[in-house]
Amino acid sequence: MEVLIPILAAAVRSGTPILYATLGEILTERSGVQNLGLEGLMLMGAFMGFSVTHATGNPWLGVVAAFVKGAAISLVHAFLSVSIGANQVVSGLAVAMFGTGASALLGRKMVGLTVTGFGKIPVPVLSGIPVIGPVFFDHDPLVYISYGLAFFLYWFIFHTRPGLNLRAVGESPIVVDAMGLSAARLRYVYTLVGGGLAAVGGSYLSLAYTKMWSEGMSAGRGWIAVALVIFALWNPVRAILGSYLFGGVGAMQLRIQAAGTSFPAPILMMMPYIFTILVLLVISVKKGKGILLGSPGALGVPYSREERT
Amino acid sequence: MSTVQQEPLVTMRGIEKVFVGVRANAEVDFDLDRGEVHTLLGENGAGKSTLMNILSGLYTPDSGSIAVKGLPQAFRSPRDAIRAGIGMVHQHFMLVPTLSVWENVALGLEGNSILMDKDLIVKRIRDIQDRYGIHVDPMTPVWQISIGEQQRVAIIKALYRNAEILILDEPTSVLTPQEARALFETIRQITAERHGVVFISHKLDEVMDISDRITVLRKGRKVATLPVAEVTKESLAEMMVGRKVVFQVGKTLQNPGRVALEARDLVVRGDRGRTRVDHFSLDVRQKELLGLAGVSGNGQEELCDALAGIRKIEAGSIKVDGYELAGRPIREFQKRGVSYIPADRMGTGLVRGMNLRENIALRKYWRKEFTRFRFFIHWENIAGRTGQLVERFGVVHPGLGYPARMLSGGNLQKLMLARELTDDPKVVIAVQPTWGLDVSATLFVRETLLEQRDKGAGVLLVSDDLEEILSLSDRIAVIHNGRLMGLVEDPDSVTEEQLGLMMAGTCLEEFRPHSAEAPFAPGKVV
Repeated sequence: MEVLIPILAAAVRSGTPILYATLGEILTERSGVQNLGLEGLMLMGAFMGFSVTHATGNPWLGVVAAFVKGAAISLVHAFLSVSIGANQVVSGLAVAMFGTGASALLGRKMVGLTVTGFGKIPVPVLSGIPVIGPVFFDHDPLVYISYGLAFFLYWFIFHTRPGLNLRAVGESPIVVDAMGLSAARLRYVYTLVGGGLAAVGGSYLSLAYTKMWSEGMSAGRGWIAVALVIFALWNPVRAILGSYLFGGVGAMQLRIQAAGTSFPAPILMMMPYIFTILVLLVISVKKGKGILLGSPGALGVPYSREERT
Repeated sequence: MSTVQQEPLVTMRGIEKVFVGVRANAEVDFDLDRGEVHTLLGENGAGKSTLMNILSGLYTPDSGSIAVKGLPQAFRSPRDAIRAGIGMVHQHFMLVPTLSVWENVALGLEGNSILMDKDLIVKRIRDIQDRYGIHVDPMTPVWQISIGEQQRVAIIKALYRNAEILILDEPTSVLTPQEARALFETIRQITAERHGVVFISHKLDEVMDISDRITVLRKGRKVATLPVAEVTKESLAEMMVGRKVVFQVGKTLQNPGRVALEARDLVVRGDRGRTRVDHFSLDVRQKELLGLAGVSGNGQEELCDALAGIRKIEAGSIKVDGYELAGRPIREFQKRGVSYIPADRMGTGLVRGMNLRENIALRKYWRKEFTRFRFFIHWENIAGRTGQLVERFGVVHPGLGYPARMLSGGNLQKLMLARELTDDPKVVIAVQPTWGLDVSATLFVRETLLEQRDKGAGVLLVSDDLEEILSLSDRIAVIHNGRLMGLVEDPDSVTEEQLGLMMAGTCLEEFRPHSAEAPFAPGKVV
């Protein structure tokens, strides 16, 4: 057990950026918009968070800047997919590529710098609980916020009035429109918020996880988050489980490498991605077409009111 | 109705609406008084739904004025219309399937708090249910309840928002006769409270039954508004179509021959994995038109997909002319002479973006006469054949090279028939073949099906329009929840009432204990 605790704690830390991105994408997809640009949004968030923190010395300002940046880039995606009715896969991939390229270009000057960023703040009392304490309550504030956010979003989506509207617009935008709410406005809002959260996930990498900037530092976590949304069946609480599972695989892989085995490192590094494919395979087989039941009915389908077919 | 000397609930004047070149509404006037049922009558595409979508704020009119309870209104969104007291029950109900009944009612309710008072909402729903005698469990997800119940939810949704003006768009098209009667009771209760109801329909019998006044629309224009006492079914039909209408199709008696299509114990699953057809058996004989009645969504489409070979069957056998086809490829069904006219012309039937020649070729491109060296498509031959077919079936089209989506509904269906009914098929499966067609196209389709029957095909006609089933069928089978409820040997021996009961799940034997002539027992008796 003693051996496992550091690994589990590392799983939580390395799963946190994925959790933010997954929660963001759950919101976006619940509204009926698919944003495949998470990888780019995370990188832009990592860069933005890092540079603002480096300039101001305040990591909280960095997180806020990352959120705003993510939302701003997602505005382009929202405009293309909601207002223009463009193909969301193409637009999402464009966001991913833009974010990857732009962050690499802009971040050149940041390479090699470090920030103080977020440090560990153990939660009084709770961190004293054996096992659970060190695993869950001995981290930085962004981790604690992510717990609260996941449970808040669950409550928001399933128990509040705006949450009901959100579920409805992802399922049947025409119904929402006929009830006098603007389907387009809802989709804009959640695409922006979702993109902002993905960028916050990215900023966790540069402000808490490594405290430095490096090109392509999200290393595919954005793509993993896209897959995790399906694993979570669009449920924020299930997203916690999924994120830590993937975080755990990533943390394990590092530890095995560090322990110095003869096992080829590249294969170890593939583990999270192989695991992603396996998990998708397993739940697809297990749930079969049931997956379609969890998926928002109008996901990826543009909506316009007076269109006649 | 003593509606003298009072403000009408709704006054619409000079309503105009143009959709890309089509004048959906032209100078339409419409009034609704308190306590009345005012019917909007017209063929598909006459502009009824457009007019009511304008009244409910979903569309904005290009010109014209609307007043509700005397106050001029310019609705910018459905929310404005709902505030003014207008509740629309759309043809497709506008419910979110994954949400529960109460959540659907709560959706879009105005309020400041982000929390919902679920108990209060549920209590109010129950109050409305008691007051109008319409019952549905508020906690059930909408996808689990029947179409008739979904309609009730849509009505409750409107009443919950204190709608005084209730618009019902083709409400009976999805109901059994019994359910329709219950709906009429509800409507009478609503008008008794001095609310107004706009009833949209093209079924003349029920229009005569429920209406106080009737407004007829044709091609977007108002033909007349008349009290029900001043019209007859015939005069309404003439106004609707613009000329005299003969309702009957000429049907000659035929002696059915051998069994053309034999289905035994078929089990078929739907798109979401649920069993939609449950041990269903059926015979269609040569020179016979077998009508399959049922409320839509009871497994008819899955059954027909299976019979046409395009859906996998879980168990059972399908024989055409004695050849076992279960589990065989689709092309073998086609070679054995099975023709399929599916319910969705523009999906399973025809390809929107392909031109007329290509759509005709889809089913036969592999044939020798349509290929060169058995590999290249012989477009000249196909074009020649398409030209003949289009002429024979009277398809009005802009050109053989134009995509199918440019055709109107009636012409699409004619193109569909042209492709499926050449080469004298042995079995014709037609699902809702007249759905959405105008009167003349409907007659053409019905006559064509009977002609196929006379030429020796076994025709299986699936329809939720009982009038159509009763007037065309030699025998009638009824399906409910994927099971055969009974087989009526003589259509004249059965009433619409009895068919309605069977459509709602009563077995034939339960109310006619001595009908031993049915060749096999209907499904498992519950």
